[in-house]
Amino acid sequence: MERRMKRITGNFLAALALALTLVVFAHAALSITGAGATFPYPIYSKWFDEYKKKNPAVEINYQSIGSGGGIRQVTEGTVDFGASDGPMNDEQLKAFQDKHGFGVLHFPTVLGADVPTYNIPGVTAALNFTPEALAGIFLGKITKWNDPAIVGANKGVNLPGNDIVVVHRSEGSGTTYIWTDYLSKVSEEWKSKVGKGASVNWPVGLGGKGNEGVTGQIKNAPNSIGYVELIYAVSNHIPYGNVKNSSGMFVKADLASVSAAAAAAAKTMPDDFRVSITDPPGKTAYPIASFTWLLIPEKISDSAKRDAIKGFVSWMLKDGQDYVEQLSYAKLPKEVVAKEEKALAKVQ
Amino acid sequence: MAATTTVPSASPISGSRSFLNRLRDGDEIARMITFLFAVSVVVVTVLLVFELWQGSVLPRHKFGLHFFVTQVWDPIAEQFGALPFIYGTLVTASVALIIAVPLGIGAAIFLAELAPARLSDALEFFIDLLAAVPSVIYGLLGVFIVVPLMRDYAQPALKNTLGFLPLFSGPMYGIGFLTAGIVLAIMVIPYIISVSREVLMSVPRDQREAALGLGSTRWESTWKVVVPFARTGIMGSIFLALARALGETMAVTMVIGNTPKISASLFSPGYSIAAVIANEFTEATGDIHLQALIELGLVLFLLTFLLNGVARLLIVLTSQRGSGAAHA
Repeated sequence: MERRMKRITGNFLAALALALTLVVFAHAALSITGAGATFPYPIYSKWFDEYKKKNPAVEINYQSIGSGGGIRQVTEGTVDFGASDGPMNDEQLKAFQDKHGFGVLHFPTVLGADVPTYNIPGVTAALNFTPEALAGIFLGKITKWNDPAIVGANKGVNLPGNDIVVVHRSEGSGTTYIWTDYLSKVSEEWKSKVGKGASVNWPVGLGGKGNEGVTGQIKNAPNSIGYVELIYAVSNHIPYGNVKNSSGMFVKADLASVSAAAAAAAKTMPDDFRVSITDPPGKTAYPIASFTWLLIPEKISDSAKRDAIKGFVSWMLKDGQDYVEQLSYAKLPKEVVAKEEKALAKVQ
Repeated sequence: MAATTTVPSASPISGSRSFLNRLRDGDEIARMITFLFAVSVVVVTVLLVFELWQGSVLPRHKFGLHFFVTQVWDPIAEQFGALPFIYGTLVTASVALIIAVPLGIGAAIFLAELAPARLSDALEFFIDLLAAVPSVIYGLLGVFIVVPLMRDYAQPALKNTLGFLPLFSGPMYGIGFLTAGIVLAIMVIPYIISVSREVLMSVPRDQREAALGLGSTRWESTWKVVVPFARTGIMGSIFLALARALGETMAVTMVIGNTPKISASLFSPGYSIAAVIANEFTEATGDIHLQALIELGLVLFLLTFLLNGVARLLIVLTSQRGSGAAHA
């Protein structure tokens, strides 16, 4: 009796395994892997999901391991494409070229922004920040909330004389890249002392892990200030301040003002799309925004994979953009889309 | 393990048997299998060190021994020094042990010697449960409960009473070395209790009876006879706790402040080796940045190795004295 039960169970398991294998093979006709930036992960997973519904033969697996990991893996050739919040620098491009004998192309996908967020007991108004104030605070030169640089831009707000507690991201992140890229543009001192990067040597402040870590520390520490991604602030209803742009206007970050920043940059977009759009011209442009990129090798020898990746990118540039705003990312400007469609032909 | 299994095959009787016979008996197979298992541990350790050594060529050549004594950690300028991280790791682990050792051993003595057996077993269940809680849960507990308590009550109280010491001065954020140490202490106490209790309970009954027979009180027999007898095992539990405290990543990074600075004050934010590796590894784009993080891994390995060595030495020294005392 027992033996028969065992045999039945065994047969059943074998049948199950066979069925599963068939299912897997039937569905994953073509599997493409990508890795990189965490910041656009919500929209990427939405895109890959939607794209699979339309093209069941193509399955795209994306691991959000961070921009650094994305650049590294696409250079190593362990993934079909990478993704990064900061463009690859010349050194990294050369490393790719040296290893493979051909280059790697950048394709902007969506736009994101960083916003300053703070916790000052008794202050409920949205504060205005000048670039000088932000650089001064993060350099540790402005140490009190009632410093003239802050009070001057916030007439009528009663700011306390308490010490400012600065909070930044502890782990390397695209959010930090955008924030430090902006500070490097508006402050010579920041540029020479600290510079821009996914992780930097912070002059002052506490490190919180992830957007949630920064938010948590700001909530915990009275008189603190930090920066988080716009989408994170919006979806968690975290109040944030306005930032003065290059035209002297205080702008609140939202989809319109981030798109305006991209539109300003679209006219001067270089052919390789490696562009920083922090501190852009334009009255309505929000100054701390950035593209995020897909990194696709110029030559893909497997023609099925090549067609699938190109197919996805052209879908992403057209239909894919319709999913962007419901997740609080800003759409690509039309000029950039047109330019990217042309660039896609370079992938051979 | 390998050494003990070789003994029977080396004895004259089994030695006279043919290899095939021994193989048929299973002795030889058991010996080979267990030997393989034992060797694999050594191989993994050696490979680990080799990989860490190979993976950190650039910073080792560029900074040499300066890596251990400089305080700058600047990925943009590509200047890397490990000192603040070594300091943070040692300070948080020390704070954790200072709190956890008396508490843990005290609790273990109660559970093993004084509590009724049923209560002891019930509590042991809870303690084992605590040891199995994932560290991120302890981190959350730290962020939402320990940090506000520290900022609003513990740190002001310490500053008002012991503020003249540099240890308890400076601004009070709630996060920092002290908080990280306390969260670590909460995490390692179950290890100390659980292992120490087992060790104390395994002290032979006649040791206790002899002490009681000589007219000592219950506490005297516990403190002067049972605890010294179990000293080696208790030390073992402390070193297990130390190893856990040194390598803990998630809970520490959530409450330590992640700032690579050395400060005498326990209130100030710091950084630990494990935390910086976890934080920066994924986004380290520069080769030397990545390799500096790998070298930090090597430093943590060496640190653990060194402390373990000291620990073994301590055990050897005290167990000689311990057995002497127990015999006297």
